[in-house]
Amino acid sequence: MHRRTLAELAAGLRKKEFSSVELTRHYLERIERGQPALNAFVTITREQALAAAEAADRELAAGRGGPLTGVPIVHKDIFCTQGVLTTCASRMLSNFVSPYDATVVAKLKAAGTVMLGKANMDEFAMGSSNETSWYGPVRNPWNPELVPGGSSGGSAAAVAARLAPAATATDTGGSIRQPAALCGVTGIKPTYGRVSRYGMIAFASSLDQGGVITVSAEDAALVLGAMAGFDPQDSTSVDTPVPDYTATLNDSVEGLKIGLLKEFFDKGLDPENEQRVREALAVYERLGARLQEVSLPNLPLSVPTYYVVAPAECSSNLARYDGVRFGYRCENPRDLMDLYKRTRGEGFGAEVKRRIMTGTYVLSAGYYDAYYLKAQKVRQLIARDFERAFQEVDVLIGPTTPTPAFALGAKTSDPITMYLNDIYTIGANLAGLPAISIPCGFVRGLPVGLQIVGRHFAEAKILNVAHVYQRETDWHLRVPPGWA
Amino acid sequence: MEWETVIGLEIHAQLSTKSKIFSGSSTAYGAAPNVQANLVDLGYPGVLPVLNREAVRMAVKFGLAIDAKIARHSVFARKNYFYPDLPKGYQISQYELPIVADGSLEIVLDDGTRKRIGITRAHLEEDAGKSIHEGLPGVTGIDLNRAGTPLIEIVSEPDMRSAKEAVAYMKKVHTLVRYLEICDGNMQEGSFRCDANVSVRPKGSDRFGTRTEIKNLNSFRFVEKAINYEVARQIDILESGGKVVQETRLYDPDRGETRSMRTKEEANDYRYFPDPDLLPLVLDDAFIDEVRASLPELPDQKAARFSEQYGLSAYDAGVLTASRELADYYEEVVRRVPGEPKLAANWVMVELAAALNRDGVEITESRVSAGRLAGLLNRIVDNTISGKIAKEVFEAMWTSGRDADTIIEEKGLRQITDTAAIEKAIDEVLAANPKQLAEYRAGKDKLFGFFVGQVMKATKGKANPAQLNELLKKKLQG
Repeated sequence: MHRRTLAELAAGLRKKEFSSVELTRHYLERIERGQPALNAFVTITREQALAAAEAADRELAAGRGGPLTGVPIVHKDIFCTQGVLTTCASRMLSNFVSPYDATVVAKLKAAGTVMLGKANMDEFAMGSSNETSWYGPVRNPWNPELVPGGSSGGSAAAVAARLAPAATATDTGGSIRQPAALCGVTGIKPTYGRVSRYGMIAFASSLDQGGVITVSAEDAALVLGAMAGFDPQDSTSVDTPVPDYTATLNDSVEGLKIGLLKEFFDKGLDPENEQRVREALAVYERLGARLQEVSLPNLPLSVPTYYVVAPAECSSNLARYDGVRFGYRCENPRDLMDLYKRTRGEGFGAEVKRRIMTGTYVLSAGYYDAYYLKAQKVRQLIARDFERAFQEVDVLIGPTTPTPAFALGAKTSDPITMYLNDIYTIGANLAGLPAISIPCGFVRGLPVGLQIVGRHFAEAKILNVAHVYQRETDWHLRVPPGWA
Repeated sequence: MEWETVIGLEIHAQLSTKSKIFSGSSTAYGAAPNVQANLVDLGYPGVLPVLNREAVRMAVKFGLAIDAKIARHSVFARKNYFYPDLPKGYQISQYELPIVADGSLEIVLDDGTRKRIGITRAHLEEDAGKSIHEGLPGVTGIDLNRAGTPLIEIVSEPDMRSAKEAVAYMKKVHTLVRYLEICDGNMQEGSFRCDANVSVRPKGSDRFGTRTEIKNLNSFRFVEKAINYEVARQIDILESGGKVVQETRLYDPDRGETRSMRTKEEANDYRYFPDPDLLPLVLDDAFIDEVRASLPELPDQKAARFSEQYGLSAYDAGVLTASRELADYYEEVVRRVPGEPKLAANWVMVELAAALNRDGVEITESRVSAGRLAGLLNRIVDNTISGKIAKEVFEAMWTSGRDADTIIEEKGLRQITDTAAIEKAIDEVLAANPKQLAEYRAGKDKLFGFFVGQVMKATKGKANPAQLNELLKKKLQG
């Protein structure tokens, strides 16, 4: 069953080829077997999953339910889930049972999906390798010595190893697309404001966006359709109707204008990785799309810009973890200052602390203009670069990452090289644009990703562009050895 | 040396919205600790703020009432600092782009002249919770019911030159926010409080001296006392050759002095930046016009109308419009006692004010309603009782809670207007006092008062004074 896509599983459920309980049991068994090797989960919610599956089966038996009823799914542990541990992979929230559901969780629950568990991740979504988790690193199903990417490493690894047909994820600087690329799966980050952030634990509020990791673009279209939409509880969510993303998946790409970002094909790009991307572009040319080089002159500034804006916001967003109302609290604090210092000193990991300190610095009196304000201006310039490019082309296509997956520990001692792993993904976050990563082949036996960036709210277009490629190729259907 | 005092006030007024500024929790005062704090107020992981439209409307109302600029585009910013009663570790406020800027109010000084006080800005922000120490030995309790209550912070220019001016300005703002029905003005509950920035400089200097900020003053009396203490303290320092330290100070009402809280060097770096969870607040003309149309008659407008329409002095009009409730009470009395606005003004400002003051009750809780007071005044106007008797009736109304007519009837206070009855009383008095009558007729005019008094005594004060005078004159002439 697990070799099928989510769309095929949903069809199977409706045709009663198998029940949701059977499907759920199957995935729970795979998760329990896979967890020791991959560490993709923080929490496995067996009991709740089986209860939800039974309820879904009753719906299906009564001829009710929607396209996702009975489909198992995993939530990144950044989404609040009522009555279930929600840790953000941090010691700080290692005892936090959320009293409420995130909007995304509530919507997918209402759509009839069955939650299997909570996916491991980088602590507070800060990381590109899933090595900053308090619960230990997640391993790449293609090679357990390698990282799965981050921060949604658990979500990507779970889908890649077919421990779940889909997993929610979040993307602040590439946290959906980069692990999707490194694990050989499909991951979409929608337009900023398309998916509610309510109940999605904040890292950098102006950049964070929820999305989903799946096997195929068609699966992503199904799940995203159920996740997206205006939420009165999120002032930054946008009140525009959600189209049926599956309706336009097969639209022709003939005459589609594809922009190749000059800045993406730079010297940091692994030549073999570039080769796979060029091969994918050839597929589009064969389908009648036109390629055109475009330049975003300010894009090379995206990493430094991001590493001012994101830490600034995180330094403020994470101030609420003070040991007073919930979460971790140090033992026997002497006084208030001791409570703050030790709770935060013990509760946060090194990378989180590094970013809080960076963010505090760039917002400080005397440095604000030079860092935060300047970064905001550069962010505007980058957004304008994208706008100009989209006057010429319909989508931008390039690599998702410079290289395939790297070894555990390879970059942990040097944050800068780690940060540079997100060089191709950060631009879309700074500009709030939708982007998807899809598998486009292998380099030295490891999957690499093709990134498609669209105009604001052009999720349907990038899903369509991704889908027509997946009709022509089967990279997305390859399963890591040992997980078939 | 002669010194000049320079004062600016930052007034915090709690907006009387039903729910909090960024969440749906109730803002009602006095509930058990933490029952009015939901997940948003508690700063739980993942929650987000949603701006209360009513709070925006109230801030715009205030801005229009002080003739300020209403920002078409304003921005919420985070003020970052750690404190146990600040759940998120930041307060959502407005910093660089406030919703209201550049307004003013007029105050009336003791000599009757008017003075314009500039209002630099007024911005929306959320209140913090409260730390509780009393009754909790060894620990600090946190009550987050107040966390997220909408506030408008009203920042004046340093335009005031004495504690009295500062109090006059604060009272003016207090009156205004209550007229606008955007704040209940309850200072005991902390709904209306202020910080005072105080400095002194040699008279004639155009540079400001070093200022101190006195935090959290929650009564007009404390504002006056704290400023006067602080001015004297600063002058003392300067005259003995010292320097005033820029710092935040607290007023201790028990000891009547201000104390240092923290110096500038110890001040927090609040690291303000635009709140990414809230989009810039954009207001269009239609919204602002709609709020403008909802503005009530403002205190100054009402006072001018009272002078014009009721022929009151500027002072009386000012007193009667000091609160909307008092003005409404007065107008209700006027409406029910046609043609007697001055009589009504005197009674409201003297007898009623004295009774309210004596029992410490607000006009809204007056034991004599406007309708009842009008009933009393109408008995004066129609000569049923005299003004003097009316005071007695008013006291009885105040204590018994009954209406004027009942009391007049019960106590038999109705004025005697029957000519025959008054004549009979006069005849009896004249017959009983032949000696005085003879003296009067011999030219001792002063004795007229004696006869009035005797007749009044005989009639228990109920004889109509005008009739009595007329009839007595006739009789005395023989």
